Amino acid sequence: MAELFIFFEQIYKILFLLIPVLVSVAMIVWLDRRVWAFVQKRRGPNVVGPFGLFQTLADALKYIFKEIIIPASSNKVIFILAPIVTMTLALIAWAVIPFSETFVLADINVGILYLFAVSSLGVYGIIMGGWASNSKYPFLGAIRSAAQMVSYEVSIGVIIINVLLCVGSLNLSDIVLAQKDLWFVIPLFPMFIIFFISALAETNRPPFDLPEAEAELVAGYQTEYSGMMYAMFWLGEYANILLMCAMVSILFLGGWLSPIDLFPFNVIPAPVWLILKILFLFILFALIKAIVPRYRYDQLMKLGWKIFLPFSLIYVVLTASFLMYFDLLPGN
Amino acid sequence: MSLIRFFKTIFMIDFLTGLIMAIKEIFKPKKTINYPFEKGSISPRARGEHALRRYPNGEERCIACKLCEAVCPAQAITIESSEREDGSRKTTRYDIDMLKCIYCGLCEQSCPVDAIVQGPNFEFATETREELYYNKEKLLENGDRWENILAANINADSSHR
Repeated sequence: MAELFIFFEQIYKILFLLIPVLVSVAMIVWLDRRVWAFVQKRRGPNVVGPFGLFQTLADALKYIFKEIIIPASSNKVIFILAPIVTMTLALIAWAVIPFSETFVLADINVGILYLFAVSSLGVYGIIMGGWASNSKYPFLGAIRSAAQMVSYEVSIGVIIINVLLCVGSLNLSDIVLAQKDLWFVIPLFPMFIIFFISALAETNRPPFDLPEAEAELVAGYQTEYSGMMYAMFWLGEYANILLMCAMVSILFLGGWLSPIDLFPFNVIPAPVWLILKILFLFILFALIKAIVPRYRYDQLMKLGWKIFLPFSLIYVVLTASFLMYFDLLPGN
Repeated sequence: MSLIRFFKTIFMIDFLTGLIMAIKEIFKPKKTINYPFEKGSISPRARGEHALRRYPNGEERCIACKLCEAVCPAQAITIESSEREDGSRKTTRYDIDMLKCIYCGLCEQSCPVDAIVQGPNFEFATETREELYYNKEKLLENGDRWENILAANINADSSHR
């Protein structure tokens, strides 16, 4: 009986986390389109529901009723598996995101490693989708995406080492608590910028949206997908963007902590601060989508390997020397 | 790479300028109209949905000369005619296949009695193809519904004909 109780408790916890995440993904798609439209002096979706808030739900409903077309020459099992993998991986990563000191689904000691591993696995969904389609454009898109995600994964890893040097723990709650006095965005500002740009590349957002470059690759790895399977790719993509925003806010912007520990700020509940930070970063994502042109492929690779990677490596050495010299290493 | 260019790249000056510009643009008035609720102005010459007009006494204008049928480049118009009891020639059938029509306006131009005209209505989407095969009743009904606007449009454009 006790085991059953624990089982259901966990299920409720998971649902309590996943349903808000899925709803906010829908809202975030709306926000993305709306910000994009506003920058271009358009109105954006504003008809379905108040301010068009339910536009994404209406779109999702449309996708559900559309036919799923599976190309005759595709590898059917992998073709169907690919969007499922993408969406699942985008959602399971949310398990370790701490919304407050107590409100975290899985407070594991290697939280950041888990996040890093799951977001690296994300590339499999795209490769599987592109390759199993057995078609030119999806294949090219998948190759590009794989190369891009692997490249930027490296510099993200090195940047995370920077943060971990300052914290001395892989637990995400500890990372947030270590920023109680000073958010890492101030001492590690260049790393914050590089991490943010790498996050753009990691989630295939403009200006790094080469895998789905409309003008040259139709829709990249999504070309052969339709109906609910396309919607799942889409959902996974936005869940990943949200996850990256959450990661940036936890690593650099102090997660659930309020900016200053004063009266009007410290009564606002902790999750609200995290959500506000995620929203701020996402609006930045959306604004960048509206203003930047797409990178060329060689420029993308050059930026990743020749600029970001050496720079973040040098910064690791600098951070480590600084901490050693002033005897600030955590654990001492 | 010049020094200024180098520092501009490092501190992302161009990017930040663009970002500030984008944020400013957000608060400017919108250039697009809120379509289903507000509509743009339409020229009197707009070539929208077809209509067959009547004289003020209720008589059909069309004299079945079949000039529109002859001139139609898409061959979307089909006319059959016969003599009425009073000796006048009238159409017994006047069909327009709105799916074939290319909305060029030649039927309107060729009509000697301003019977077939293209009105300002462009929102006549339907759910089936069959609903877009217009017959004489439908066209006359259109004419009755839009007569005020159609007459005003023809009047406004008369000096250019």
